[in-house]
Amino acid sequence: MNMSTDHFASPSDEDTLSRLRDRLGLTAEAEGLLDVAYTTIDSPVGTLLLAATPKGLVRVAFDVEDHDRVLEILSQRISPRVLRAPRRLDAAARELDEYFSRQRRAFDLPLDLSLSRGFRQLVQRQLPGIGYGQTRTYGQVAELVGSPRAVRAVGTACATNPLPVVVPCHRVLKADGTPGRYVGGPDAKKALLRLEEAA
Amino acid sequence: MKQPFEKVVEQHGGTVLRVCRVIVGVHDAEDAWSETFLAAMRAYPDLADDANAEAWLVTIAHRKAIDVLRARKRQPAPVGEVPEVPSSLGVPGADDGDLWQAVAALPEKQRQAVAYHYVAGLAYAEIADILGGTTDAARRAAADGVKNLRKNYPGAAMEGAPS
Repeated sequence: MNMSTDHFASPSDEDTLSRLRDRLGLTAEAEGLLDVAYTTIDSPVGTLLLAATPKGLVRVAFDVEDHDRVLEILSQRISPRVLRAPRRLDAAARELDEYFSRQRRAFDLPLDLSLSRGFRQLVQRQLPGIGYGQTRTYGQVAELVGSPRAVRAVGTACATNPLPVVVPCHRVLKADGTPGRYVGGPDAKKALLRLEEAA
Repeated sequence: MKQPFEKVVEQHGGTVLRVCRVIVGVHDAEDAWSETFLAAMRAYPDLADDANAEAWLVTIAHRKAIDVLRARKRQPAPVGEVPEVPSSLGVPGADDGDLWQAVAALPEKQRQAVAYHYVAGLAYAEIADILGGTTDAARRAAADGVKNLRKNYPGAAMEGAPS
């Protein structure tokens, strides 16, 4: 024998739950429980997932990376206390909007680089030094970080950048001028380069 | 592997809301839900990866509902005429006022057993863990609860299904 749970449901449940979830995000933030907040935004290179810890922006992910998979990795590597809570991402979302509408050339956001370590993080820290609309080759970046022979490792560091767009790995190209690997796919890389050229 | 807490809210938020409604009533259900998920989020990193998340949440909701009911008892009962205002809470099944009265009139154990078995879908052994007592006692409480509901609210559809 079973009793239909429909008796205790309501047509407005979806609205109620969405309001309760918003409230949970705010309360969790106030109580210091929101280890990872995330949201998604639309952009000319597809839907982007933005995630932040209390320290700063920790992840920008393209659609092709599979956002569910990205959230699972954040849950494993940082903390399972992950909630969709857009407020912490307000500044990042606004700066990205400005960037995509060519009103911003550099990002001014606190970053949390804890998803990458060692040489990769060293390379990623150098990338914001490549100005808007400029490009470097993997070899030049290898020289810049003092390891001129580590060209392939620089390529890997760029391809595994947890903060694409904001940390501009798209400005690093192969020596022959072709774009090379990109976490968001080659078309996204070309689109970003075109956007900056046209500005 | 532990899934992001957002997925837990997404998968179980609706069930926990319905359970809270049955246990504390429509008007306090939202507070009970909020307290439940906040406490769950606090404890989530320590939950075993293979734990039954729904049973775990209902256990937390059970404790939070008791807190909500206690707090309500401490507050003076409303007297005189209460102005009729449209509820922002959404009255589930506005035509089902009788069902809510029948549910509210159940003895506490029966109401809890009905909620945890028929709304949350927990096994009687899991319900016995939450309520204390034996599996048989949990089964009896749910059966008595449904019998009483039927008596007082003949409209309640009882679907044949394995329990």
